Amino acid sequence: MIEFASLLGKLNWSALPQDPITAGGAATVVGGVLGVMALLTYFKRWKWLWKEWLTSLDAKKIGIMYIVVAAVMLIRAGTDALMMRTQQAVSVGANHGILDSNHFQQIFSAHGTIMIFFVGMGLMFGLINLIMPLQIGSRDVAFPFLNSISFWLFFVGVALVNLSLVVGSFSAAGWLAYPPLSELHYSPGVGVDYWIWSLEIAGIGSLLSGINFLTTIIKMRCKGMSLMKMPMFVWTVMGAMTLVIFAFPILTVTLTLLYLDRTFGMHFFTAGSGGNMMMYVNLIWAWGHPEVYILVLPAFGVFSEVVATFSRKRLFGYTSMVWATWAIVALSFSVWLHHFFTMGAGADVNSFFGIMTMIIAVPTGVKIFNWLFTMYRGRILFATPMRWFMGFVVLFTMGGIAGVLLGVPAIDFQLHNSLFLVAHFHTMIVSGVLFGYFAGVTYWFPKFAGFRLNERFGNYAFWCWFVGFILAFGPLYILGLMGATRRLDHYSASLGYQPLFIVAGIGAGIIAIGVTMQLLQIFVSIRGRHEARDTTGDPWNGRTLEWSTPSPVPFYNYAVTPEVDSRDPFWAVKQARAAGAAVEPPHYEAISLPKNSAIGLYIGIMSFMVGFGAIWHIVWLSAIGLFSIVFLILVRCNDDHTEHHISAKKLEQLDKKARAQGGYA
Amino acid sequence: MSSSAITQADDSKPILGFWIYIMTDCVLFASLFATYAVLFRNTAGGPSGYQLFNLKNVLAETLILLTSSFTCGLAMLAAHRDDRKQTLFWFAVTFALGIAFLAIELTEFRHFVVTGNSWRRSGFLSAFFTLVGTHGLHITIGLMWMVILMWQVLKRGLSRSIIKRLTFLSMFWHFLDIIWIFIFTIVYLRGAIAP
Repeated sequence: MIEFASLLGKLNWSALPQDPITAGGAATVVGGVLGVMALLTYFKRWKWLWKEWLTSLDAKKIGIMYIVVAAVMLIRAGTDALMMRTQQAVSVGANHGILDSNHFQQIFSAHGTIMIFFVGMGLMFGLINLIMPLQIGSRDVAFPFLNSISFWLFFVGVALVNLSLVVGSFSAAGWLAYPPLSELHYSPGVGVDYWIWSLEIAGIGSLLSGINFLTTIIKMRCKGMSLMKMPMFVWTVMGAMTLVIFAFPILTVTLTLLYLDRTFGMHFFTAGSGGNMMMYVNLIWAWGHPEVYILVLPAFGVFSEVVATFSRKRLFGYTSMVWATWAIVALSFSVWLHHFFTMGAGADVNSFFGIMTMIIAVPTGVKIFNWLFTMYRGRILFATPMRWFMGFVVLFTMGGIAGVLLGVPAIDFQLHNSLFLVAHFHTMIVSGVLFGYFAGVTYWFPKFAGFRLNERFGNYAFWCWFVGFILAFGPLYILGLMGATRRLDHYSASLGYQPLFIVAGIGAGIIAIGVTMQLLQIFVSIRGRHEARDTTGDPWNGRTLEWSTPSPVPFYNYAVTPEVDSRDPFWAVKQARAAGAAVEPPHYEAISLPKNSAIGLYIGIMSFMVGFGAIWHIVWLSAIGLFSIVFLILVRCNDDHTEHHISAKKLEQLDKKARAQGGYA
Repeated sequence: MSSSAITQADDSKPILGFWIYIMTDCVLFASLFATYAVLFRNTAGGPSGYQLFNLKNVLAETLILLTSSFTCGLAMLAAHRDDRKQTLFWFAVTFALGIAFLAIELTEFRHFVVTGNSWRRSGFLSAFFTLVGTHGLHITIGLMWMVILMWQVLKRGLSRSIIKRLTFLSMFWHFLDIIWIFIFTIVYLRGAIAP
């Protein structure tokens, strides 16, 4: 059961890929890493990468790194999705498709895990890092160093998931690894351990981010920004981070208990010896349901900003929007059991959770109506972010209605674990989370790059995603009603599923074209950056503080910290100036900003060793990792010179230069 | 903004941040308590808490830990008086009490394991070892932290930033005391009632 005796634990040569599909995956990972390294060497960019990015404590740079990693992971997990769609389109009757069952299981496990933890969460934390400090008129987050640790722990999670392609294998137990399947007896390999430690480490990073961002919002708002004057995005981040703080410790515990079962022979979730496997399902969903709202709330915030800006109106029903957000935060902890109505908890329990599930749809409905009323009589500009929003409203409403349907326990008994469910949650997460963050990235891109993204390719990307999505997931609703269960790697021809699965496969292909369009969009935009340059700092006629800074935002965010007295402060300033209000000359003062630090990165490397050692039972490696982390924290705590100062005069020079290049005068 | 205003704003952030961290740790323990509550009857033919627990030991542990919270408070009072010697003395006493607590706890664990009742025996014992062990692990981390801070007090004196760190440690220590009260009640006192 425990193989701690050997120096390399369970690790040996057989951990390397043994068959063509795994070898292909491994080659892609290794080739990708080597390719990036070769490019960096060829263009002599190592030092630049180290100084400007890897060791930076600037929230904006950390945010961009999150988004880049998330984009790469979107392609990785998207490839998984294409493989699954292909398999299901062809694996019928005598044809067994392109994947064997074991691979198919690993692929759907990896797809779900990566999409939620490393794409959804990555895009979310990326945008929060970029926008939230700017919107509250702050120069930084509360704990810049902790922010860097959070990012590196997230990155270690990504690294472990992808390493499983090369060394060993990934979990084949689904994205939430239900026991007893995920217990040692039924999953004896290292796959589940990769899953556990990847999420354990990334999850601790998320928890630290939650503490960091919540403190930032509470403590670092600029003068005059009372809670009810905060931009909607900040409110939703505050709600999401509150959920992170309550939910992520539960995930940490649940994963640890599963690991204790697997490694130390405990009996938390085992089938015998007094274990209780349904407790795992309860625990994981007590985290998992709030997690859905953690992902979607900041996306709602993005939509609130986008709709107001592109409708040229202030957000309709701000107060009700705030209350709707906090209603969702509170209610999200009272619906988790709807993920397993079939557990057999009895009619009373199921009714309670069924009713709560329907109630939580109400505040979400409030939000939808507020957005629509914001558009009503607005002068709407259908730029790409607004298209993502329109797509979202259509799909999210339909997916939401399917969700309320599933919230009825009697119906859920029919549809549990069917493709109807798969279609439902993809509708919610793709339209809610992905479309939301795509809108956010397009909307705020000029603020950080200094030029706008190409609208034409943005439009192509949107339509490919939208049409592809309907084709890919529309058939799954029908298949679910026909009785097709999720995670099928083969089915009988007599069931009549194949035509619909082929349509779904075509839809997935169109989505892949959409992703290609997004990549082309970035490429074309960079090539045409001189024409699309944002010289005003305010390309969309924005309303909130971030648009008052030059584009790209200087590293100090604001030369003079702003003071606000309304909800759309920048809009108010623009109105006042148009009416002839005088511009007061800024009064510059010296500021302090955090210096670069590589310790966050080192802590990441050491946590990787802790994780890798724990997965392969290499005790000394984990021990070295742990002690090094303690040592690194001590080094950091004893460093009294973590900030550098910029004098008032220097700041004035920098500010004038930045404003001359791309800023609102 | 004067420099003192900057430092003041800086202090209130980590203090709020640390309170939020303590809350997340509270949720962590809450999950473990919930797990214990679900599993404590699942003895799978093995012994129950009623047969295993020695309340005399537990009483000693409780008194030691409560006293250590008190001495930790005395140390903080001394730190705020800028009395380095007293601060170090009371933290040393707190440390000794923490070690004593751990020694009793580990003796109890060892006794269970050698009599064939390790965490592998049943769901109940898995939950017991994990809940009480997680608290013990926190105490161990607190003790290591205490040594490091005592060394810093010795080397650098009671500067503002050191007092801030001592404050976090004492918050952590009192928090562990509160968690122990729950363990004492829910695990040991409840366990002492005949099933």
